[in-house]
Amino acid sequence: MPSATLRHTAWILRGNPLTAVAAFGVMILVLIAIFGPSIAPYDPIASNVSEALLPPSHAHLAGTDQLGRDTFSRLLVATRLDLVIAVAAVGISFVLGAVIGAFCGYAGGRLDRAVGRFVDVMMAFPLFVLAMAMVAALGNRVENIVIATAIINLPFYIRFARAEVNVRRNVGWVEAARASGEGNISVVLRFLLPNVLPAMAVQMSLNLGWAILNAAGLSFIGLGVRPPTPEWGIMVAEGARFISTGKWWLVAFPGLALMLAVLCFNLLGDGLRDILDPRMRT
Amino acid sequence: MTTPLLQIEDLHVTFSTRRGLVEAVRGVTLAVEPGEMLGLVGESGSGKSVTGFATTRLLDPAGRVTKGRILYRGRDVTKIPDGDFRALHGAAMSMIFQNPRAALNPIRAIGLQIADAILSHKRMSKQAASEETLNLLRAVQIRDPEKRMSAYPHELSGGMCQRVMIAIAISCDPMLLIADEPTTGLDVTTQKVVMDLLVKIAADRGMATILITHDLGLAAQYCRRVVVMEKGRLVEEAPPEALFRHPQHAYTKRLVAASPTATSRIEDLVTDEERGEYLAVLAASQPPAEPPPGTPPLLDVKNLAKRYDQGPPAVTGFSMTMKAGESVGLVGESGSGKTTTSRMICRLIDASEGEILFDGESIGHLPAREFHRSPHRKNIQIVFQDPNESLNPRFSAFDCIAHPLLRLSGLRPGNALRQRVEECAQRVGLPVELLSRFPHQLSGGQKARVGIARAIACRPRLLVLDEPTAALDVSVQAVVLQLLDRLRREDNLALLFVSHDLNVVRMMCDRTIVLRNGSIVEAGESRALFENPRDQYTRELVEAVPHIDRGQTRIVAGSQST
Repeated sequence: MPSATLRHTAWILRGNPLTAVAAFGVMILVLIAIFGPSIAPYDPIASNVSEALLPPSHAHLAGTDQLGRDTFSRLLVATRLDLVIAVAAVGISFVLGAVIGAFCGYAGGRLDRAVGRFVDVMMAFPLFVLAMAMVAALGNRVENIVIATAIINLPFYIRFARAEVNVRRNVGWVEAARASGEGNISVVLRFLLPNVLPAMAVQMSLNLGWAILNAAGLSFIGLGVRPPTPEWGIMVAEGARFISTGKWWLVAFPGLALMLAVLCFNLLGDGLRDILDPRMRT
Repeated sequence: MTTPLLQIEDLHVTFSTRRGLVEAVRGVTLAVEPGEMLGLVGESGSGKSVTGFATTRLLDPAGRVTKGRILYRGRDVTKIPDGDFRALHGAAMSMIFQNPRAALNPIRAIGLQIADAILSHKRMSKQAASEETLNLLRAVQIRDPEKRMSAYPHELSGGMCQRVMIAIAISCDPMLLIADEPTTGLDVTTQKVVMDLLVKIAADRGMATILITHDLGLAAQYCRRVVVMEKGRLVEEAPPEALFRHPQHAYTKRLVAASPTATSRIEDLVTDEERGEYLAVLAASQPPAEPPPGTPPLLDVKNLAKRYDQGPPAVTGFSMTMKAGESVGLVGESGSGKTTTSRMICRLIDASEGEILFDGESIGHLPAREFHRSPHRKNIQIVFQDPNESLNPRFSAFDCIAHPLLRLSGLRPGNALRQRVEECAQRVGLPVELLSRFPHQLSGGQKARVGIARAIACRPRLLVLDEPTAALDVSVQAVVLQLLDRLRREDNLALLFVSHDLNVVRMMCDRTIVLRNGSIVEAGESRALFENPRDQYTRELVEAVPHIDRGQTRIVAGSQST
């Protein structure tokens, strides 16, 4: 019933205009990620020393950096990398975390306790330091940022899925599925997981913003993405050197891009739950 | 003539919802005399609770009194400013709710909670309030009140919590108590104790009570005047004898017929006009043919037990047999082990010891997590208690019914499957158009039908029913019970009926087994067992059921119970 879903979505958005704004923002971000390189007015890595450190103007909407590269173009091009890192990291931790957590929550017992303690141990580490250590150990590459971000997110997904499945494991329709001939594995995968997805979608959306910040943070301290690749975190890091001399645009615009992206994902979270939950429909 | 304590005149309450305005109460007029116990009876959605909430001004913010007056001693409750009303609340009227445990603060000792209620209305020292609390705990007959003062709600049983709620409600000597389903969810024996207590307290203090309930029997036993509501309207008001003997309104007739009593038969659950159809079913059905001698019983359970790591065993030494087409009731209060037993027989959980033979074949040796592969999986099906929770929210009604067919009967998506699902839907009286709906788009009764259709889809031979009607309105219950009985007769289906409702079990089942603390206390032919219980506990259970024999209604309110 696609039309019913659309109507329902429209109804939710009407009652919650912020969600609509956030969804619109995320859509723009995705479009920029796809078309960024082709709509950027300048080459993001070509330096032009004669135009270094120009303030925002008509020719350079967000000014230029110390090598004369157009900040606006770099921002546009960086969107793809940042989104890909965030989506890939959250995707991996969601899939692994949801499955591990769901089985633990359903099975209970020794497995559940073992995984639970492991998660506790992981969460006791300062997560960002853990991510730094992992990227440093695995090598300074984009894939490793994704892996590190995914791993430090994993405990949250495991816990979340575990809790959500745990409260549903003895609910009537789960027992009914077993009486209808489902084995335990398919009960978890085909019955319980789809039912905890709406709640997890919220978590994912919030997490996407956080993952973008994390990737930017790693780049900021010099791990992961390396110059001259345009990336919001590096741009903030490089710009920070010039802020004392009044070159504010080098930090302000990448910072703003980061903030807007994180904000959009966070705002989307709540609305998403309402849209995905079939019980909210009538 | 005295002025009534409470007078509701032409009350209208409207809720604003997503689908626009909904009129929950449309023109209710009633009066409560001082000291009277009035029964307000209706099914879900009848507006009975909303009327109560409007009176105590506890309406949900979406609800508004749009018309009419609620006069408490001549003052219109709906027009009193908030500040003045707070003084009235508690001291003049108070309310108790269905789920007492949810109404109490879980992290505060009950003594303090009662004292809070006292101190919010009366000026007195903490010391005096604490003494007053003790008196109240004594008044609601809580044993060891000094010790219980410091107990937390989770340490008390449901019945105890409801007593604490009553203590809070009466702490400021209200003139009017509104009890909204005060005993729903409590065991029958507890229900009787709590209701008797409520009647006694009301009589002692001259307090008027409005008993809001879905249980006509309960209202009839405890109230001198019963008001019946349907769809926001008041349809009939009468003393209970008159209501039972000569119901006037068509709805009351249906409601009275549908409320099972100690003597009703399954065909009595509908009004005289509607009975013909069911009698035809009965006439057409033949008693199940006696199986040839030497045939093993359909179900033979020997010495079943379930132990958990902690605590006493949930079930011990449970044995029973069932023949094809027979119906057996499994009765007990909460914690008696009846649910655990039913799950073991359904092979959803493993027994700690004992044997389960189905058709003479042992099915107990296969662990529960492997049982979905057993050929007997489709022979033993179960209908779950709460229809709201027993359907996967992401499955349409069609998917729900089709699921066991796909898994157990080897059907593939296509015409054959669709036909079989529609056939099942028709058998349980579910309109085929509703099959594309999701559970939240169906009513409670419709969901119950989907649950039954799913259970019978694979043509099982034993159907375990776990409180199948506990969450349903009586009129829906009547239809569902008749449906189950009909399936039993037509398909020679054996029914294991797990329930706490003795009237229902007596009516539905040939034999009854009474469980207490995990073991069988009495078993036998239903009629004999209920008419002449041998065990003390069974006798208590039977006596606790509200008695309303049509034609010889017994009223106990006020006079008898002190």
